[in-house]
Parts: sequence; C-alpha cells; structure tokens
Amino acid sequence: MAGTPTPSQVAARAEARAEVRAELRSRSVGRPTGALAPVADGDRVTEEVTGAQSIVRSLEEVGAEIVFGIPGGAILPTYDPLMDSTRLRHILVRHEQGGGHAASGYAHATGKVGVTMATSGPGATNLVTPIADAHMDSIPMVAITGQVAAASIGTDAFQEADIVGITMPITKHSYLVTNPDEIPRVIAEAFHIASTGRPGPVLVDIAKSAMQAMTSFSWPQDLQLPGYHPVTKPHAKQIKEAARLLATSRRPVLYVGGGVVRADAADLLRRLVDLSGAPVITTLMARGAVPDSHPQHLGMPGMHGTVPAVAALQKADLIFALGARFDDRVTGKLSSFAPHATIVHADIDPAEIGKNRAVDVPIVGDLREVIAELLPELEREHTAQGKPDLEGWWRQCDEWRSTYPLGFTEPEDGHLSPQHVISRIGALTGPDAVYVAGVGQHQMWASQFIRYEHPRTWINSGGLGTMGYSVPAAMGAKVGRPDATVWAIDGDGCFQMTNQELATCTINDIPIKVAVINNSSLGMVRQWQTLFYNERYSNTDLHTGHGTARVPDFVKLADAYGCEGIRVESLADVDAAIKRANEIDDRPVVVDFTVSRNAMVWPMVAAGVSNDDIQYARGISPAWDRED
Amino acid sequence: MSRHILSVLVENKPGVLTRVAGLFARRAFNIHSLAVGPTEHEEISRITVVVDVDEHPLEQVTKQLNKLIHVIKIVELDAESSVQRELLLVKVRADGASRAGVLEVVELFRARVVDVVPDSVVIEATGTGAKLDALLSALEPYGVREIVKSGTLAIGRGARSITDRALERVARTA
Repeated sequence: MAGTPTPSQVAARAEARAEVRAELRSRSVGRPTGALAPVADGDRVTEEVTGAQSIVRSLEEVGAEIVFGIPGGAILPTYDPLMDSTRLRHILVRHEQGGGHAASGYAHATGKVGVTMATSGPGATNLVTPIADAHMDSIPMVAITGQVAAASIGTDAFQEADIVGITMPITKHSYLVTNPDEIPRVIAEAFHIASTGRPGPVLVDIAKSAMQAMTSFSWPQDLQLPGYHPVTKPHAKQIKEAARLLATSRRPVLYVGGGVVRADAADLLRRLVDLSGAPVITTLMARGAVPDSHPQHLGMPGMHGTVPAVAALQKADLIFALGARFDDRVTGKLSSFAPHATIVHADIDPAEIGKNRAVDVPIVGDLREVIAELLPELEREHTAQGKPDLEGWWRQCDEWRSTYPLGFTEPEDGHLSPQHVISRIGALTGPDAVYVAGVGQHQMWASQFIRYEHPRTWINSGGLGTMGYSVPAAMGAKVGRPDATVWAIDGDGCFQMTNQELATCTINDIPIKVAVINNSSLGMVRQWQTLFYNERYSNTDLHTGHGTARVPDFVKLADAYGCEGIRVESLADVDAAIKRANEIDDRPVVVDFTVSRNAMVWPMVAAGVSNDDIQYARGISPAWDRED
Repeated sequence: MSRHILSVLVENKPGVLTRVAGLFARRAFNIHSLAVGPTEHEEISRITVVVDVDEHPLEQVTKQLNKLIHVIKIVELDAESSVQRELLLVKVRADGASRAGVLEVVELFRARVVDVVPDSVVIEATGTGAKLDALLSALEPYGVREIVKSGTLAIGRGARSITDRALERVARTA
C-alpha cells in the first residue's frame, strides 16, 4: 500500500506522540473540579480586576469547565488570565467552526452548557454555522467573541464584524458588552438563558476595550430579565384531558422528539410508554430517548423513517407529541399528514405548539414536569375505566413491523455495503458508546442501523443539517464523557469539511474514533440525482474511494494528524478493523471504509410528498389498506 | 386578512427595535405601521405595531415575539375598546388665491398650521387613519407637496393600564 510507514517509523511516531502527551500532562492544570464551592447567601465575592479577568472569573463561577476556542486580536486580553485559570480547561481548536461544534457535542453529550470562544471579525463569523446549528437543535451554548474597542465600533475597523447583528436570527439571545462592569451579570444571564426553557445558543460579544479596563468583579449576580419567564409547570386541566385521550383512544402513538432528551426526561418517559401500552416512535433528535430494544418502539418517523413508524402516524387516532416539532421531514406533505389524528402537543416552547399542525390539547411545560403529572392522571383513568384495548392496533403495527423491517440489499458492484459497516460498528461497540454523525446518507444509516439504548448516545445535526458536524462534535462529546467510547460516523464529504480538528484531538489526548463511510461522493445528493435527476451526477464525485486518485488519501491524512489510519475494503476485514479501533485508546483512529456508492437510504418519503406514499425500497410502496 | 394592533412592551435596550422588526421580516409578517417611544417607566419602551394577518399567523407572531428576551409583554388592542391616533404633517401649496380655502379645510378637520411661507403652509393633524385620509383628499386639489406620517399609536380605553405590572421582578440569581 502506497505510503504505508515502516514499522520503525510507526514506532518512532508512537514514541513522539507519547512524549507530547506526557509533556501535556505535566503542564496540565488538572481536571476541572466540577461543582463549585457554594457561595453562602449574602456572601458576595468582590474583586478589583480587569474586564478580561472578570470574564474568566465569571466563567469559573458560572460553572463552565471547558472552553473550545482560538485566540486572536480582539479576544487576546482574555486569553492572558485564561492561562492561569485552574478551573477552566481551554482546548485550542483549529477552526472556530470546530470550536462551536465541539461545544455543541459537549453540551449534547453532557447536558451542560457548551462554551466556545473566538476573536472578532472572521473568528466570530466562523461561528455562524455552529450557532445556527445549535439554534435549530436547541443546544445550550454560550459563544464568547471579542469585538474591536468600543471607540472603533462602527468604523469598519480591522477585523470588525457586527456579529450581534449577523447572528440575531440564529441566537436565543445576544449581548454586546462595552461596559466592563456588566460582564459578570451578562455572563450569568447568558448561561441562564442558554440552559433554561427551550435551550439555545447565546452570544456574548465583548469589546476589547472592556476587557482591558479595570472593573470590579462580584458574584453571585442578580439577573435582570424581566421579559424571560419560561413556563415549566403544565396546566392541570390540559394534563387531565391529555390523559383521558391517551386512555381512551384506540390507535394512539407517542411521538417523541429531542425535547425529551433536552429535558432529561427519558426515565419518566419510559414509565409513560410502559403504562400507556401505546406504540412509540423516536425522531432523529430523540434516538435513544426510548431504548430500541423496547417492544413498543416502532423506530424513527419521517423521510427515512421506518414503515411502521410512518404508517402508525398516518393511521393514528391520537398523536401524543412530546418535545417534537412536527418538522417537515417528519410530516411529509403537511395537508395529508395523520388525517385521522387528534393531537396532544407538549413542549416547553409555546411557539412550537400549533405552528405546523393544529393542536387539540396544547401543553406548555418542562417535559419532566409534564410526564410526572401525566403518570398519576393516566393511572387514575385506567383505574376508572380500565386499560384501553389496543390489541387491534398492535396487530396492525406488528404486521407492518414484520412485513417492512429495516433492511438493505448487498450492493452489486462487489464493494462494501455501508449499512453493514455501520451496523457492525454499533454491534461491536455496544449501546454505551456515543455515536456522532455528520449529515447525509451515513447519518441516516447510523440512525437506522445502530441500536440506541440510552439518551445522549446519539448526536447529530438534525435541524440545520450541517455537513462537517461529526468530527468536532465527537471531539466535544469525548471531552464531556472521557470514559465513553466515541465514534464519529462520518462521510467522505463531511469529513473533508472539518477534519482539521483531528489535530486538536491528537494534541489534547482526545482519542475519538472516526469511521469514514467513504463512497467517494456526496452520497445523499447523488441519491437524489439517481432518483430525481435521471442519474445525471452533477458535481457529486469526490475521488476519494475505489479506483480513484484518492485525493486525499484518508489513511495518509490520519497518519499526518498523528492518528491511527486503517483502510477497509473487503467484508472480511470489517469486524477486525472495528475491534482494532475499539482497542486503541491512546490516539484518535480513522477507519476509511471504502463502500459502494450505489447504496441508497430506504425507506424514503420524497420531499413534499405525502407520508402515505412512502417507498419501502426503490419502486416498492407498502400496500396498506387505505381506509380513506 | 385582518388588521391587528399589538402593543409590545420591551426593555429599553439597544437593538431591541432591530430584534422586533427583524423577527417580523424573518417570519414573513407584513408590518403596516410601527411606532416606538418611551413609557412612564424609564426601563420600558412601547412599540405599537399594526399588522395585516389572519388569526393563526397572528398567534404565531405573538408567540415568536414573546420569545425575544427583551419583550416583556404583548397586548393586542381591540379597535373598539382602544383609542388610536396617527400624526400627520403635510406641506400644501397655499398662495394668496388658495390660502383661504386651505385654512378652511384646516378648520374643518380641527388641524393646525405650524409653518407659513408666502406660497405654502405646513399643517399638523392627529386622528385615526381614516380621518387623516379624508383630510389629505380635501387638501389634494390645492397641491400636496410633501407628506410625513407617524405609525399608529394606541391605548386601551378605561382605567386599566397594561404597563403597571410589567416590571414585577422575579428574584433570581445565578
């Protein structure tokens, strides 16, 4: 194999890596200590500091542990005191987008607020994509950016960009700070807003002059948010009505969205699923919220959902939505979505309720509280009128399950099947690992063919569909959960967008595993070209796979970044490579699985088409009994 | 589509108008008029927005507005139970021959002349949109040279105030 290093080279490099790591450990400021010593009531700390120190002190006090960032001119004053902090670990990323997605992966994996830091201008604009991504997927994140000195704002100064203006539509809230005295309160508010209600990204843009000026830092801070009161407690009347409907409907479906994960309500949800006896489906953002092994679980709904999940929604007489948002990828053509269903919709964000689909029973509240109050109410209903008879409904759902299970056909070109590779990764690594996908075919297959048993073990960019999410988000997830195995399931297109963060992983001892599902093309786009553009493959060939120039060669690339690189081209090598990758824990691993480019994601509801017209495989539509 | 008047109480902070206006644009809601100014509370500004929307999108715009952190409270003012006013300044040609006619119109509409030069006057008038439209058509024959109009301002009738409890704080610390 071209470029394969000799054993002595391998040994030399391994030694060099070990040295780097030892050196890093000796310089290490120690792991963050976690929870802070509680500040007694009325025991307010006050210190005379610079604005920059105030930023670092505020981040420490608010409980941040990790910052993913890159310094530059306007944020430079903050990086000086950051160097001395023993409570904040800063991880130097290679691109701001990587820092933002890493903060997102960290937040997703841990439930804590992810923090990213960048300089003004291009540093800040590079954060636009991760901020938009976090906004769409309700990720708690705080982005801190440097801004040019207050006196220069508005003058088109060097590296000036109005990042507050640019990100206004994609942040939950944002701040421009020019007065250093405001720093602690603003950072306290930013973390509060990011993590409460419907979580989301908050941008704090701080003028360099405010970092350089003297100020007094005091903690704790009083939040001044007269307009921010997320409703967490659901309305008792609506809970009663929802429970009554769930207890009396004959074809109910529990439609579970990512809100359940954000609310850490999976344990309570499990009890609701068991008590109700109803079929349950988990959206792309909610995979793992209900174990895939649960007998009532019909899988994922939507464009690439399972036939049973899509059919159950279409035929349901009650859709019980929990933290889901009736996204177009789930509903298909909205006017023909679930025509017989009464809708119960519970969400922390009132604006989601009734946005796309009219709702019969709206419930605004934190899903933990919602489900906790539903449980006794549903029990009462069952006691009063017996458990509902769902036998006929289950017979129907089971028939769909047995007739239309998830599956795939082996490709005819003799190359590896991507679905097989991904299911083997899941099977050999197990449900305790964290799987982080990019966007495209591999993402859908990772969602379909890995069995998820726990919340926060499946991380992906669902709403924005950000190619390149996987490697940096996996890095963030691994930092947040260092003891878990973290697999980035990536595509060859996605991987080329953000793989620079492998350097960050190697240098900072963040041993993620990357499976590049390499079909040598922009696979999902190619699939649409196959299906809808007469197989005219306009600009989707990436030349990274079989029989191509392999630009770049991912194994050599892995080696260049100090990672273990493995190439897998035959079925016989798949399991061995995955096992080897799972055994390596002292450096990142990149496995280049060169797979068939002809594999397609099925089932599929084409864009803008009714869910009724789902195709199980190309040209095959389920022949269900149309009642309407 | 029907016309709705929203009174939006917001924190008096930089950028708040951009946030509100941007939200309308982003969610494709059409603003008919918008007026913003201070209130009896130093910390609160009041934005009066007139929008043409159906009932369902109106609910969506209200919910989206409520998600803005700086928005404290939104009240939809019913046309019947509120007073609405616009301010109009209009420059009309008025020379020796036509001045008397112009002044008669001003008198009839209880408007005021606020600037006079030999061949034109500036007239100030307040009222509902309909009244000001009528005034403008009455002035039209004399030669309207320039018009500037405020957005609608509106306040509920009766003793109740929508601002008096807006600032009740929930004590929170980080």
